[in-house]
Amino acid sequence: MAVLGSGPAGFYTAYKVMSSIENAIIDMYECLPVPFGLVRFGVAPDHPEVKNCQDKFEEVASSPRFNFIGNVSIGKDLPLADLRPHYNAIIFAYGATKDRKLGISGEDRLKGIYSARDFVGWYNGFPEHQALAPDLESGEEAVIIGQGNVALDVARTLLSDVDSLRKTDMTHYALDALSKSKVNRVRVVGRRGPMQASFTIKEVRELLSLPSVSFDPIDPALLPPNAAKLSRSPKRLTQLLARGSSHPASQARKSWSLDFFLSPRSFNASKARPDYLSSLTFLKNELNGPDIFNSSATASPTTREISYPTSLAFRSIGYKSEAIDGMKDLGIDFDERRGIIPNDLHGRITSLSEDGTRIPGLYCSGWVKRGPAGVIANTMEDAFDTAESIAKDWENQETFLSGTNGWDALQGSVATKSLRPVSWDSWKKIDVAEKERGKAKGKEREKFANILDMLGVLD
Amino acid sequence: MAMHGHLTPPKPGEELTVTFVDKEGEEHEFQVAQGDNLLDIAQSEELEMEGACGGSCACSTCHVIVESDDMYDKMDEPDDDENDMLDLAFGLTETSRLGCQVKMNKALNGLRVRLPSMTRNLQASDFSGAKKS
Repeated sequence: MAVLGSGPAGFYTAYKVMSSIENAIIDMYECLPVPFGLVRFGVAPDHPEVKNCQDKFEEVASSPRFNFIGNVSIGKDLPLADLRPHYNAIIFAYGATKDRKLGISGEDRLKGIYSARDFVGWYNGFPEHQALAPDLESGEEAVIIGQGNVALDVARTLLSDVDSLRKTDMTHYALDALSKSKVNRVRVVGRRGPMQASFTIKEVRELLSLPSVSFDPIDPALLPPNAAKLSRSPKRLTQLLARGSSHPASQARKSWSLDFFLSPRSFNASKARPDYLSSLTFLKNELNGPDIFNSSATASPTTREISYPTSLAFRSIGYKSEAIDGMKDLGIDFDERRGIIPNDLHGRITSLSEDGTRIPGLYCSGWVKRGPAGVIANTMEDAFDTAESIAKDWENQETFLSGTNGWDALQGSVATKSLRPVSWDSWKKIDVAEKERGKAKGKEREKFANILDMLGVLD
Repeated sequence: MAMHGHLTPPKPGEELTVTFVDKEGEEHEFQVAQGDNLLDIAQSEELEMEGACGGSCACSTCHVIVESDDMYDKMDEPDDDENDMLDLAFGLTETSRLGCQVKMNKALNGLRVRLPSMTRNLQASDFSGAKKS
């Protein structure tokens, strides 16, 4: 079977398929020379424990029934249709490669506006975004639009004492830029209220505990009046938000706030610097009843506007999956609206037609299956669910693709295209080189952020 | 190919009994040593428990449900870190714990925990409103 993508969705699916179908052989394709997807490029450098799932992935990769084929982009380097004659199944687990845009005035034109995804990719050494060079020196204020965990990761990165990050695997150029950052005030802005925000309590607690960082108290009217009566999760969150930070503003170097009920309306420039962001205008929202403390309460805009001066803004309103070139040839109608591959909710790819029939041998897993939300544990469960579907279909002798020989057969055609596939052993060489570079600086690892540098290790 | 924790067998006469009830309702009883945590026990016995973060209290994949309130009360209270992770767990109950944080001791001899069935909950909640297959 071919698995496209080497993040948690790909690896956990491979793991479960290999342990439930004896003799299953997995070829895992990855467009970069290095594996692990968002575990490497998404997880915050100061959350190294979250990356421990890599131990499991290493174990999967050490199986003789597993092949890693890095540095080969399916749909670009190798047409998707070329895989079909060589596999019994193709599993799409390539995640969400883009981010959602706001679609408001100034967004594409003004300097100083960054996608949080790009920023995270930048500090984590994602090749596509390593050259982002965000301007952290022009102003003291930053506004982050969105209140998910990515937004809070960005906030924490901006607010943390840079010395506390030096031992992490954050890239050297990001540490350098952060050490010169002038940002000392971060607003994290959401459309709805505290009980609807999508951050998780752990990330809020971390921010509230940052040394020398204060937090603007939340208006008690925005929090449920009877916290004790709530169910466990909202109760704990309410109590945490009500308690706020223990660092008084007078002794803080930096501060942050959660700003609620605001929908972004425009990014504005000043006359003096017409190409640069100078402020952000929001429309005030109201929550629709009956219960404004319900986690699914919706918001409606009012006509009241509010503007915040800032020269730095981050858009963090979610990721988005895209179709791979050539999907149509396999009969897949990518659902552009929902940003997922249509499936039976258990990973069996289905046609978009009325009957939603299963397309034999095609499966999806992770964010491209259910949308870009949740932590690694969610993706793991989701990947296991897809793997279970595959194992069941195999056991029930459902129709699969009738391809043979997998990567053994494809290697030849790759060679003629002058591609340079990276095997697991080659990745381990890159891995060792990165760890050695890190050691010299007292870091866990100093990543190569440039593909040529990664491949240079193998020359 | 499961990763096995390497547990030291209990000394004769000091065995503690713990029972895991898996997703299918099957019971698995083990004799373990004082100090072993539930994640390590489950993994060394090849039960289906992942421990994605390697037992560092940074995920919720080793969620277990303690069957009796009395037993739950005999355990040290979960700290903020554990509670924050439990808040993300599927099928959270009043007696939920993370397996990696519960260490066996004499007071917990005879402990029974259930492994929650997670997949169905995930599907139901994540696709609420979506077309049912």
